[in-house]
Amino acid sequence: MKGNTEIQKLRTEDLHLYYGDVHALKGINMDVHSRCITALIGPSGCGKSTFLKTLNRMNDTIPSVKITGKVILDGEDVYGKNVDVTVLRKKVGMVFQSPNPFPMSIYDNIAYGPRVHGQKRRHELDEIVERSLTSAAIWDEVKDRLKKPALGLSGGQQQRLCIARCLATQPEILLMDEPTSALDPISTSKIEELIYDLKKEYSIVIVTHNMQQAARVSDYTAFFLLGELIEYDTTNAIFSSPKVQQTENYITGRFG
Amino acid sequence: MSETQSIIAVRKGKSGVERTMNLLFLLCGLTAVVCVVFMTLYMVVAGGPIIAKVGFFDFVFGRTWNPENSQFGIFPMIVSSIAATGGAVLIALPCGVLVAVFLAKLAPDRIAAALRALIDLLAGIPSVVYGLLGAILLVPLIFNLQTALRLPTSGNLLAAMLILVIMILPTIISVSETAIRAVPKEYEDAALALGSTRLQSIFKVSIPAAKSGIVAGIVLGTGRAIGEAMAVIMVAGNAAIMPTLLGPVRLLTTSIPIEWAYSSGTHRDALYGIGLALFVMIMAINTIFRKTLKKGGAFDDG
Ligand SMILES: Nc1ncnc2c1ncn2[C@@H]1O[C@H](COP(=O)(O)OP(=O)(O)OP(=O)(O)O)[C@@H](O)[C@H]1O
Ligand SMILES: [Mg+2]
Repeated sequence: MKGNTEIQKLRTEDLHLYYGDVHALKGINMDVHSRCITALIGPSGCGKSTFLKTLNRMNDTIPSVKITGKVILDGEDVYGKNVDVTVLRKKVGMVFQSPNPFPMSIYDNIAYGPRVHGQKRRHELDEIVERSLTSAAIWDEVKDRLKKPALGLSGGQQQRLCIARCLATQPEILLMDEPTSALDPISTSKIEELIYDLKKEYSIVIVTHNMQQAARVSDYTAFFLLGELIEYDTTNAIFSSPKVQQTENYITGRFG
Repeated sequence: MSETQSIIAVRKGKSGVERTMNLLFLLCGLTAVVCVVFMTLYMVVAGGPIIAKVGFFDFVFGRTWNPENSQFGIFPMIVSSIAATGGAVLIALPCGVLVAVFLAKLAPDRIAAALRALIDLLAGIPSVVYGLLGAILLVPLIFNLQTALRLPTSGNLLAAMLILVIMILPTIISVSETAIRAVPKEYEDAALALGSTRLQSIFKVSIPAAKSGIVAGIVLGTGRAIGEAMAVIMVAGNAAIMPTLLGPVRLLTTSIPIEWAYSSGTHRDALYGIGLALFVMIMAINTIFRKTLKKGGAFDDG
């Protein structure tokens, strides 16, 4: 299931990241293709989350972090001069491992991003809210309770709400860090379907510990180990004929 | 580990120590309840008769307080108490929350620690010292303003308010800071990841999420302000007339210590009446806050 378009959306060049003395990413060179799903796999602590956070600069909030190398997004360096991080993060949305809706109403959760980016008109906000919730396949479940607290939803619903909240800012890339690891199998499959649908419009990078999930939804798979990108190829190739022994060991479960 | 341990108690029932302790705890709890009930009863018994005698309406809404003439209207004091307390809370709330945000989110650790120590110190200063400082520093400052506006110079509502602001700030700051710190980091991360600036994430997510804690700070602050007498006596001018911002005022609390020593008979009864009024007011405020807190709990929208 190779992606239908091969346009490059994002590229990292010799990306190194240090947490103080800990060398967490060691020279990552990787392309993310437009309108494809890229899965990041690898044992715990290998740097998947760290890598993901370099792409929308969420690492900026950690004081000890030092980064060298480049992240090129549509030809512009994410770590270059004069980058407006708020615009970057609007363009590169993120969904976290455990659902984290704000303690506000469902409506206000979705409208948060657009409001922060200057949208004030009620009518437009209404539209954005409906569109985002529909895209995240949760509109029917919540349309009668938009004014109710988002924390009253189930975990799976909350996670789809968070995806909707992310879509509301009209991102081009979605970063998802183990978005289904806190969910039951039914919620998980709903979100997997959703992710698969979203690929039509968005470029998606997803971290997962679930090999079947990576195989099911992704077009490309990257295998990380100890801060290095060991192998990166189409998901088909990685799962049917990995070139590196370590990759094979990992996906067949003989490792980590 | 071949033997398994039986979970059937060796001794039946609770041990003697446990039973005594339970009894002790029960007694302590009962003491508190008895105290509150007794105080309420006593206030009603002591303050009730004079209110009945003067008439509830004339007592609460009477505009003249003149014990020599047997005129016992406490309306000016009620309004002054509400004005001083309300004004103080309105000023202290935004200041307090901003300082709390600074301490919880923006200040470098060392500066935050130093500031926190200072604020704790502020909370421990006896109120009469605040009154003294107010009388020496603040009131003369306001004299200038009064002179400029061709008003008679005197202690005044503004001074009382500002002194109360300083006295309730430590409470509001520390309670709000705790509340803001307790907001899960995930909320702020989510806000940042959606492209908020740091300040937007604080003001649009963290503070609303800390709302119930901040309201608790307001309740405590209000309680302290409305019950304060010592500091206020020294700066308020103490005339029992309807309040103006730059004119002298007398609050419910201050009337009692001012007149206690030389009062007797109905006059003294009337001071009990004021005590009862204060008691009821504080109860009412507490109840109202509690109700609104429950209704608009932390997880309500906007
Ligand atoms: N804030 C931090 N400060 C210091 N070291 C960190 C920090 N965050 C992560 N690390 C270290 O960086 C390395 C990579 O961590 P990261 O969270 O990216 O791993 P991961 O692949 O996402 O693991 P998991 O699958 O368990 O989520 C680990 O060794 C971790 O201990
Ligand atoms: Mg991780």
